[in-house]
Amino acid sequence: MILDLLLAFALLLIAWTSLSSPDLFRSVVLFITFGLLVALVWVRLGAPDVAMAEAAVGSGLTGALLLSTLSHMRRNQRRYDASRQEKNDRNAESDDAEQKEAEVA
Amino acid sequence: MIVTPNRMMPSRKRRKLRDENYIDDDVKLTPARRVILAMVAVLTVVLVMAVFAVPDDVVRLTQLTEDRLPESGVSNTVTAVLINFRGYDTFLEVSVLLLSIIGVWSVARRARVPVKVPNTPVLRVFVRLLMPLMVIVAGYLLWIGSDVPGGAFQGGAVLGGMGVLWIAAAVDDPGSRERRLLRPLLIVGMAFFLGAGALAIVVGGSMMQYPEGEAKTWILIIESAATFSIGATLVMLFLGGQPGGSSREDGKKS
Amino acid sequence: MTETALLYMVVGVVLFGMGLFALVAYPHLLRKILAMNVMGTGTFMVFIAIAHNGDNQPIDPIPHALVITGIVVAVCSTGLALALASQVQALTGQPRIDGSEREE
Repeated sequence: MILDLLLAFALLLIAWTSLSSPDLFRSVVLFITFGLLVALVWVRLGAPDVAMAEAAVGSGLTGALLLSTLSHMRRNQRRYDASRQEKNDRNAESDDAEQKEAEVA
Repeated sequence: MIVTPNRMMPSRKRRKLRDENYIDDDVKLTPARRVILAMVAVLTVVLVMAVFAVPDDVVRLTQLTEDRLPESGVSNTVTAVLINFRGYDTFLEVSVLLLSIIGVWSVARRARVPVKVPNTPVLRVFVRLLMPLMVIVAGYLLWIGSDVPGGAFQGGAVLGGMGVLWIAAAVDDPGSRERRLLRPLLIVGMAFFLGAGALAIVVGGSMMQYPEGEAKTWILIIESAATFSIGATLVMLFLGGQPGGSSREDGKKS
Repeated sequence: MTETALLYMVVGVVLFGMGLFALVAYPHLLRKILAMNVMGTGTFMVFIAIAHNGDNQPIDPIPHALVITGIVVAVCSTGLALALASQVQALTGQPRIDGSEREE
């Protein structure tokens, strides 16, 4: 019973921290840990088939999917910000050029 | 290596760490979010009360499945329920796997191949040793699922893990032979399931009514096909797009 | 209803509630996907707790089959949702849905 109470408490704590942590990488890693604890709960409730499926697919593969998407989103975010910066600089330059032409004319 | 807590780092290094991690700061509890939290808390309390109100003498199918287990051909109750007693549900689930791949391939054309792969000898040797072992474990889980916990989904999950390891560790580029196998692998699970269901009608019975005495053979054939399908689908979900269209650097072709 | 089953049913419901809050309240798409997975796990926990008959008693296998199916379907929907989220980021620059999408 003590084991069950500790497991339940750890489960709820990890789920809440995973969902509300500002660092997304930490959220995903905590989600993988959450999956491991959930597999333990399945074993505790007499469901070893479900535990195997959850540990492999529900926690492991979903975690891999999320990490892969996270790293690609981060890379695309940087590229997007860089290209926007470039476009702003170019707009600023063309505005300056137009201003100079207006002064000359 | 001593790890310094973030507070004690110089601010220049802290800013670099912050830019490298993906920080999304929008998690504060604004007043609107407090209202949502209150409403969700009320809903949760109502649901907990509903859970406590589950009656004790509800009909359970434990005894019924135990009694009919010899007719199903396997001795693991969960496998019997999955592939024999409720085989139609499992067939629909395998079709959901296929549908999700169709969805992913329609939305995102380019595959998400990992860009930076550490080229250490430990990774190369270890992954090459591990991949055949994972295939053996998957086959074992598939076979043993008839008697003890295991089965098609667990074996398929291990196969999927092997595929993810293959891609993430960049052991080999999948050649054209593997790519030609890809589409058949994706559909073989659903095809075999549907074929077995139709064959059951021909042999004399209703759809998915496996003939008496041969149920175990049929179940094993269907499960093997489903294992391949599940593994291939999980790997394709990890790739997130069609393989072979992207290159390892920032590919500009789609 | 055994004590462990009751405890885990309540835990499942609370997980569902946490997931629902995070799904509705936070705008970042990746957080919403995590929240959907937590909600699904909470629901599965209620199912498996109902199927629990006692510590070494034979279990009710039908909820187990439903949950195994549910886990695989949840992974598929997460994969599809992640592909869509990547596309949202490619098109609008931010993986967020809060009504303030930028104009290009």
